[in-house]
Amino acid sequence: MSGVFFDAVLCALILAAALAAVAGRGLFRAVVFFILYGVLVATAWLRLDAIDVALAEAAIGAGLTGVLLLGAVARLARTGARAHDPPLAVVLTAGLAATGMTAVLGWSFLELPPPQGLQEAVAASLPDSGVENPVTAVLLNFRAWDTLLESIVLLAALIGVWSLTRDEAWGAPAGIPQHVRPGGVLSTFGRVLPPIGVLIGVYLVWAGASRAGGAFQGGTVLAAVILLAAMAGVLRPPRVTARRWRMALVAGPVVFLLAGLAGLGAGAFLTIPPVHAKPLILTIEAALTLSIAVTLALAVLGPPEDAAAAPSPDAKGEER
Amino acid sequence: MIDSATLYGLTGAVLVGLGLFGFISRRDLLRRVLAFNVIGSGTFLIFGAAGARGTEGADPVPQALIITGIVVALAATALAVGLVIAHARATGRGTLPEDDP
Repeated sequence: MSGVFFDAVLCALILAAALAAVAGRGLFRAVVFFILYGVLVATAWLRLDAIDVALAEAAIGAGLTGVLLLGAVARLARTGARAHDPPLAVVLTAGLAATGMTAVLGWSFLELPPPQGLQEAVAASLPDSGVENPVTAVLLNFRAWDTLLESIVLLAALIGVWSLTRDEAWGAPAGIPQHVRPGGVLSTFGRVLPPIGVLIGVYLVWAGASRAGGAFQGGTVLAAVILLAAMAGVLRPPRVTARRWRMALVAGPVVFLLAGLAGLGAGAFLTIPPVHAKPLILTIEAALTLSIAVTLALAVLGPPEDAAAAPSPDAKGEER
Repeated sequence: MIDSATLYGLTGAVLVGLGLFGFISRRDLLRRVLAFNVIGSGTFLIFGAAGARGTEGADPVPQALIITGIVVALAATALAVGLVIAHARATGRGTLPEDDP
């Protein structure tokens, strides 16, 4: 009973935070409410017994997306771009459409047939998967296709972000130049938190085989470490042309693809034979974690913008 | 008595509506990116709650798909934010031309 009460309060808070993020005044305030929204939704996942999702939501929805959006607000403020309120007719139409959509979705949810979950099917095959965490087993073994393609989607998104670079800034470190006050909060935390973050990130990947956690959660925490170190001026953001960083970007998909091709010998692409499952999955996860961390960090840092730090035109395309 | 999974599923439905409302009615592009993310996480919540209705605990397959979705949503958001900033840099505006008064 008290559990349902807690859920009802949490749902109300989630909706209030979402409303403030979507319809409240001021972009900065909207983003702050959106970050709060991410934390609340992560709590909701905990309540739904989906701890792996909660970890991903907390690290990504509340963490990285927050950094990304706050950075965007700061950059947009510099352009002085302002939006006017929409006309009443638009608000009313949008409200009508939204109400209709909610009604259809809510009604569909209530009318869903009783769940015939895949828990039993997953549990039955779990011993062959090489890991004990069913979510990790689904991600890296049973539905490896999804995860392989996802890692490639991440790369495609980063290529999209980089393609927005102005010609004169190509080859410069990713993102805007970072300025940090020496001895300030950011520069202190930028030195204290990264070692702890690395520990947590690596632990999440390792623990993901048997408990909650995995390559995505761990990779996201590591991405946050890279971002923090970059923003605090401890780590110089990598140049978009740096070959070593590019190798880190493709390591995950490449290892995954090779493992998939090796599976051809065992029957079909991406077949993971049970005898080699554990080491194979851990290898894929390690490479995937590295790639996820670097890809997400670079995507959040954004395209290079500091034309002054770019190499001279005749040196462009050369590797460092 | 309403159970928790139903509560979260219906919350997800309202979130999709809220996000859709913002996506249509707000003019600043960054706000639309934000609203789009609310639509996405509402969808995830419906999906996850539907998988958590049984007595056997949360279904791992939707969980894995949702984790994939959350990561892809971040990648798409990074690209969208990059486009918004590039648009603002080129035009000095944070809105689309047809939305300007």
